[in-house]
Amino acid sequence: MIGNTKKWIGMAGAISVLAGQFLVTPASFAGGDKAIEEGKKISFDRKKGNCLACHNIIGAPSPGNIAPALVAMKSRFPNKEDLHKQIWDATEKNPESAMPPFGKHGILSEADFEKVVEYIWTL
Amino acid sequence: MKQLFRQMTLMVITCGFITAAQATTPEEDLAAFQKFYKKRFPNVETSDFVNGAYSIDPVGRENWEAIEEFPPYEPFIDEGQAMWEKPFANGKTYKDCFPDGPAIAGKYPQWDKEKGMVMTLPLALNNCREANGEKPMKYKKGSINSILSYISFESRGQITNVEIPSDDPAALQAYEDGKKFYYSRRGQLNFSCAHCHLQNAGMILRTETLGPALGHTTHFPVYRSKWGTVGTLHRRFTGCNKQVRAKPFKAQGEEYRNLEYFLTYMSNGLPLNGPGARK
Repeated sequence: MIGNTKKWIGMAGAISVLAGQFLVTPASFAGGDKAIEEGKKISFDRKKGNCLACHNIIGAPSPGNIAPALVAMKSRFPNKEDLHKQIWDATEKNPESAMPPFGKHGILSEADFEKVVEYIWTL
Repeated sequence: MKQLFRQMTLMVITCGFITAAQATTPEEDLAAFQKFYKKRFPNVETSDFVNGAYSIDPVGRENWEAIEEFPPYEPFIDEGQAMWEKPFANGKTYKDCFPDGPAIAGKYPQWDKEKGMVMTLPLALNNCREANGEKPMKYKKGSINSILSYISFESRGQITNVEIPSDDPAALQAYEDGKKFYYSRRGQLNFSCAHCHLQNAGMILRTETLGPALGHTTHFPVYRSKWGTVGTLHRRFTGCNKQVRAKPFKAQGEEYRNLEYFLTYMSNGLPLNGPGARK
């Protein structure tokens, strides 16, 4: 996973150098906006992420109140890898956590999982 | 050598002490369990926990009270009464098996010392049928819910009083197994029963209020709007297990019977109010 992220950062870097020459923003060029948009759909899907069952997301319909609201994610998880770990298996940090281990138990496919992390990190 | 022996003795004593300090008796569990809910919901009368989530959700309660004006489980009570009174092919009736009947729900679940297992009311009813040459009923759906509705209705007001006889270690073991089941994570979603109905009781899951476990057993069988009919407690256990994406156990199998034993014991002191109506 870490390897993948590093590779992705490396790729994004390379792309941004290229993109700079065409005056295109790196995020849109790397498909970042699209990944975030898809991540949002997966996060809201009751059969997939279903984040709203427990978490509030500003502007989202009928959220639960079991877990903390998903706000200020970048200040709570300055390192995206930490957010990744938290969604992968929250019981590692807090053994009593009721949060389902979305990565560890394969609740989301790996591709969907990465998109969810991308989206949640924007909140 | 002598020192080693001394150290080992010390270790054994320490370990023994820790085990003793951690193990709790059913009586201690019961007191801690009920205290937890009273502390979390100080404004709820203890006896009102028999109404499940409606004891803590005023809007849900209003809808439920409207439903209770024409109870959807009523036809099942009538059907159950007819079943209770109709003789078996051999001329005998349920009354021959249960002389104190039909108001017998408060006696179950009970420890059956002879069989070395938890005896539930549905199991006892089927034992009666089979002893009289009748086919057993299914344990989740169907006619069993009618006779259970009738018996529960007749038993309203009886006080939950599950006993764990101290002279049979197997009874305590069944209780402990049920307790372990209740607090164990299971399924792809990794929830234990306690995660929702103890740790997060009263919180909102999407649009639903998570009901307290205290009082969970008092109102079965239950008419669920979602089912469009009356269902048994073990049918509900099955649904819970599926919701956390775990493989359900067999209705009236040992796992669910022991779970029922533990869970009903935790509601000791609460009045029976079945059959119930739920969303």
